[in-house]
Amino acid sequence: MEQQLDFLVDKVVAELQKKLGEVSEQAPSPKTETGLIQLRSEPKAEPVANATAAPTPAPVVNEQPAPSKEPERTTHVPNPKYKEGLDELLSSTPARIGVWRTGVRPLTKTMLELRRDHAAAVDAVYGEVSQAVLDQFSLFTVETQYDNTENYLKRPDMGRILTEEGVRMLQERCQKKPQVQIVVSDGLSAAAVDANLKDVLPSLMDSLKSYGLTCGTPFFIKGGRVASMDHVGEILEPEVLVLLIGERPGLVTAHSMSAYMCYRPRKGMVESERTVISNIHRQGTSPVEAGAHIGTILSKMLEQKASGVKLVL
Amino acid sequence: MNTKTTVLGQTYQFRDLKEVFAKANEDKSGDQLAGIAAADSRERVAAKQVLADLTLADIRNNPMVPAEEDEVSRVIEEGINEKIYNEIKNWSVAELREYILSHQAGDNELKRISRGLSSEMIAATAKLMSNLDLITAASKIKVVTHANTAIGQRGVLASRVQPNHPSDNVQGIKASLYEGLSYGIGDAVIGINPVIDTADSVKDILNMTKDVMTKFDIPTQNCVLAHVSTQMRAIRNGAPADLIFQSLAGSEKGNNAFGIDVALLDEADELMRKEGTSYGPNFWYFETGQGSELSAEAHHGMDQVTMEARCYGLARKYNPFIVNTVVGFIGPEYLYDSRQVIRAGLEDHYMGKMHGLPMGCDVCYTNHMKVDQNDMDNLGILLSSAGVNFVIGVAMADDVMLNYQSTSFHDIAAFREVMGLRPAPDFEKWLEKMGIMENGRLTAKAGDPTIFM
Repeated sequence: MEQQLDFLVDKVVAELQKKLGEVSEQAPSPKTETGLIQLRSEPKAEPVANATAAPTPAPVVNEQPAPSKEPERTTHVPNPKYKEGLDELLSSTPARIGVWRTGVRPLTKTMLELRRDHAAAVDAVYGEVSQAVLDQFSLFTVETQYDNTENYLKRPDMGRILTEEGVRMLQERCQKKPQVQIVVSDGLSAAAVDANLKDVLPSLMDSLKSYGLTCGTPFFIKGGRVASMDHVGEILEPEVLVLLIGERPGLVTAHSMSAYMCYRPRKGMVESERTVISNIHRQGTSPVEAGAHIGTILSKMLEQKASGVKLVL
Repeated sequence: MNTKTTVLGQTYQFRDLKEVFAKANEDKSGDQLAGIAAADSRERVAAKQVLADLTLADIRNNPMVPAEEDEVSRVIEEGINEKIYNEIKNWSVAELREYILSHQAGDNELKRISRGLSSEMIAATAKLMSNLDLITAASKIKVVTHANTAIGQRGVLASRVQPNHPSDNVQGIKASLYEGLSYGIGDAVIGINPVIDTADSVKDILNMTKDVMTKFDIPTQNCVLAHVSTQMRAIRNGAPADLIFQSLAGSEKGNNAFGIDVALLDEADELMRKEGTSYGPNFWYFETGQGSELSAEAHHGMDQVTMEARCYGLARKYNPFIVNTVVGFIGPEYLYDSRQVIRAGLEDHYMGKMHGLPMGCDVCYTNHMKVDQNDMDNLGILLSSAGVNFVIGVAMADDVMLNYQSTSFHDIAAFREVMGLRPAPDFEKWLEKMGIMENGRLTAKAGDPTIFM
């Protein structure tokens, strides 16, 4: 019985991985920088940060689904009127269609797939960034005043301000007035940092080097919001700053990261003064490409002494 | 106006109406974030007690956002029927609540009294109601509206089919649309949230949906939920729009953040009268949601329930075909968990109905809220029992464009079956003609999207 279950779970996982690969290949979900024009415009990239005092989860090996080259969708409609047509429909959208039903309820497999994808998204919100990833790039950690994940989700304002100890650490350990300041934060998805940092950071460093730009002391903010970059700006006074931060996880991927960039960040900056690259993940904007692209944007910010809507790219 | 009371031996003196209104709310993370929530349960009860004894005249005579400063306040104030108001202005909020819940107040009586009430008065009653009060009161009010077809009748649960696609691929939208139709979903509207907010893209999607409606003779209406000004451009370029859409906020400043004002809504209303493709007389589709004003820092120090009610005050000026609250989309900083989302969904539905609006709900959540699909099942059933006009149908509840979860095609079919509700009459006839439904039940063919190919 248990073996059967394991087999089923493996099969379901394999199928989901195929689907994830396909979905993102067809559908790089674009995000605008224009903010809220409707209640339900595309999801705001304003990431909400992440966990701290949550009970330590059992260590889990995070295996990211490999994007499959031959996307394949299965259907459970038993006697479709037009069988080839069903394949056509399935290949045109990542939406969960052709799933069939029992009475008016979904099939067990379909229901479990949804539950598992939701679990992955929730784990990303409540997860913690792996210390090994931070150590690999010698990032030390400072915290915002978020206190705990629950409070972080409820009080975006507290995720924008570093703790007193955090401020002291920056003053002691970071180079002041650097040309480029790199900051990493968990935001709403610790998994996004785990998944992308090892590709984004080296390519960003290479890119900065190729433009002849110098970089200050990078570090990690636990429980950070986008506007935490303003507080960092006040303390370190960089020319330009880039914040790599986990996005609100969706069911298609929980590993999406954004890069928010700003010229001379300081308190009271408004959203339109920031430049953002969102949707950085293996099946969206690839992390390596994103790193190079960020370097280019930062160099333009330095050239034009501007960011956000005033920056000409 | 008395703003002082004693609860369990402790005396509370509230500063003003805003403070009473905010602290009388059930617990919401958004009111906490705004720094206006009650400190504890005892203070909450004290505020409710004070609110219960205030008269309707107290509320009207002490405007929380003065009409001189805010056009939404002006719309609400100008909409009040003075004769009806004068009959009840000396009622306390407690008396109004009891009247609304009494057997003597049926559908007609509630619709009449609604015309003498401001949005703030309606919000005040919601603050004194339990969840079951909200359901009981709302279930008495039936709001039937008509565009191409009529929805909102007693015993009817309509639905929006929401076949969004992450890159607005017209074939992909069509695929989800076929799937939804095959489950009997789409009688309220075929409504797409576009990724690309341009007139051409909006026009393409409106044309495609109109073609499908014509080809299969589907009695429903189409809509693309772009910014109202984009839809207006598309319509002026000849796009066939049965409904026009816009998100609303409860203050002028909040609406400015959405890029709209009353003048623009008036202009769109006029355009729909001249160039909209449905029969009418109802052309509008509005969306609202608790917390959007605070997120735009446009809440004037007011609580999110009252601001939400003010959205409905603005909406009723335009006699919309459908209105829905996107209850769980705005985020955990406004509604933290399932308890708060369920409460807000019931409040919004009740307040909308008390404004005489054809109220629906996007029963939904994002992945950083403490909510899951079971909570959506609960709220969906509660709203079905409250007589909600329509809910949102998304393939397996997973919106692949907006990245949140709503209710699924299966869920709506189940709400109907469990609660003994039916699709809108014209749409049900069409479903029978297509062989998808028989005697109110899905047939063996239902769930096969290729019947439309």
